[in-house]
Amino acid sequence: MEKEKIITSQNVHLYYGEKEALKGIDLDFPKNGIHALIGPSGCGKSTYLRCLNRMNDLIDNVKITGAIKLDDEDIYSPKMDTVELRKRVGMVFQQPNPFPFSIYENVVYGLRIAGVKDKNLLDERVETSLKQAAVWDDVKDDLHKSALALSGGQQQRVCIARVLAVKPEVILLDEPTSALDPVSSNKVEEMLLTLKNEYTCIIVTHNMQQASRISDTTSFFLNGNLIETGPTKQIFVNPTKKETDDYLSGRFG
Amino acid sequence: MDPIREKILKPSKETRQDILGKTLSYASIFLIVAVVLAIFLFVASKGIATFTENKASLVEFLTGTEWNPGANGPNGKPLVGALPMILGSFGVTFLAALFATPFAIGTALYMTELSSKRSQKFMQSVIELLVGIPSVVYGFIGLTVVVPFVRDHFGGSGYGILSGSFVLFVMVLPTITSMTVDSLRAVPKYYKSASLALGATEWQTIYRVLLRAAMPGIMTAIVFGMARAFGEALAVQMVIGNATLLPESLLSPASTLTSVLTMGIGNTVMGTVSNNALWSLALILLLMSLVFNLAVRFISRKGKM
Repeated sequence: MEKEKIITSQNVHLYYGEKEALKGIDLDFPKNGIHALIGPSGCGKSTYLRCLNRMNDLIDNVKITGAIKLDDEDIYSPKMDTVELRKRVGMVFQQPNPFPFSIYENVVYGLRIAGVKDKNLLDERVETSLKQAAVWDDVKDDLHKSALALSGGQQQRVCIARVLAVKPEVILLDEPTSALDPVSSNKVEEMLLTLKNEYTCIIVTHNMQQASRISDTTSFFLNGNLIETGPTKQIFVNPTKKETDDYLSGRFG
Repeated sequence: MDPIREKILKPSKETRQDILGKTLSYASIFLIVAVVLAIFLFVASKGIATFTENKASLVEFLTGTEWNPGANGPNGKPLVGALPMILGSFGVTFLAALFATPFAIGTALYMTELSSKRSQKFMQSVIELLVGIPSVVYGFIGLTVVVPFVRDHFGGSGYGILSGSFVLFVMVLPTITSMTVDSLRAVPKYYKSASLALGATEWQTIYRVLLRAAMPGIMTAIVFGMARAFGEALAVQMVIGNATLLPESLLSPASTLTSVLTMGIGNTVMGTVSNNALWSLALILLLMSLVFNLAVRFISRKGKM
């Protein structure tokens, strides 16, 4: 049975000035579940991820061709409002990056900018998002303390709660655990597993075990090309391409 | 003795260089501290003499409105009411900061967030140019442009606190702007990406995240600008009217601590009441710059969280 697709991309090319960083990516993501993008550094997986919520727009001299569609809407069409897009496609960064505000203000930031003023709604969203992000028990008594006082792992989970509070459809995660210790990484992974029934999570990771543990599908990038994509089990156990096999068994990269 | 042992026990060339460097830097710091202390002690001893030797009352000095140190009042004490100058100084300082801050923040935001690299460089050199213009030039422009402008559009003679504030506005603008630019540049880039990735517009990102994160730096910039305005003498003296009267309005002639000092210090004899009273004004200026300094320290410490 073919699952419903939430994001489709066709022949995506991306140029940083003269340099071609993505060389024609065709990749679709089914609704919900965790989808891992793997590959050596500089292979274009993070660049591709940032195409999905148009964060590459912030960089000068970037040219993108091809089509990326979210629910059949072209996100690069001139009619697409990037503000609206980024509310539907949230992003978690590699380094935990809470604002220098209180934990509460961090989580409600997305709601406040959307004009939500109802105090009860804000309170409720803070609680549910922090619970979803598995950090509620750590911070429930300190909601009005600065988020910068938290540990790195807690900060990252607060950042995830901040994204969840806006109720996006897709969550992009750019190596979310690479700056965290193993215990914190584990908590983030467990949390992602509880989110995958409601959200589509697309995660870039350098950690092969992580990809194999939590993801449903895996896509392997190399030198700006998508080499192979498929169910995680198949990619890890029985890859069809030689490059994938070589990378996974550590013969290069 | 063993030559190796001898070599190890003798200080090497590098060690001697190290000692020399340290000695030089300690000597410089000692000299500077000594100079600052000497200035402070000198001004303080002179400034206090008004009250100890000439028996002027401190309360009258701070609250009195009649400034005529050469003459004695009905109570037999010298007339050293400095309130008009104190109010004048604070008046021009706060007004200038009030006028300059919105423009400075606007310019700084344009330079850091909105403009292209090329216009950024252009703005940078414009601001540096503004800093480099001698204050007498500002005063001269104030005298020939600002004073008539104020006279025609606001009334009065044109000389007064308002004109002084306008001139100081231009003079503190570059200070506040360039320090605000620095503090905005110091805001980590990832705050901006995080905010935009949550669906914020550029403007929401600027006023909810960037300005908030840069606030301690911006406050410091404003205080620095005020310190500069408070201490500026020449340009203000040229446009403020120099009447040691309690200003009735922003348009009536007034004076500041600095303007009275520059006007009077050459015309009084060392050791007389008139001279000592000027030193008391200088002491207030010195104490105020100390207060501004402490304020900056306090703000930047608070900003660290």
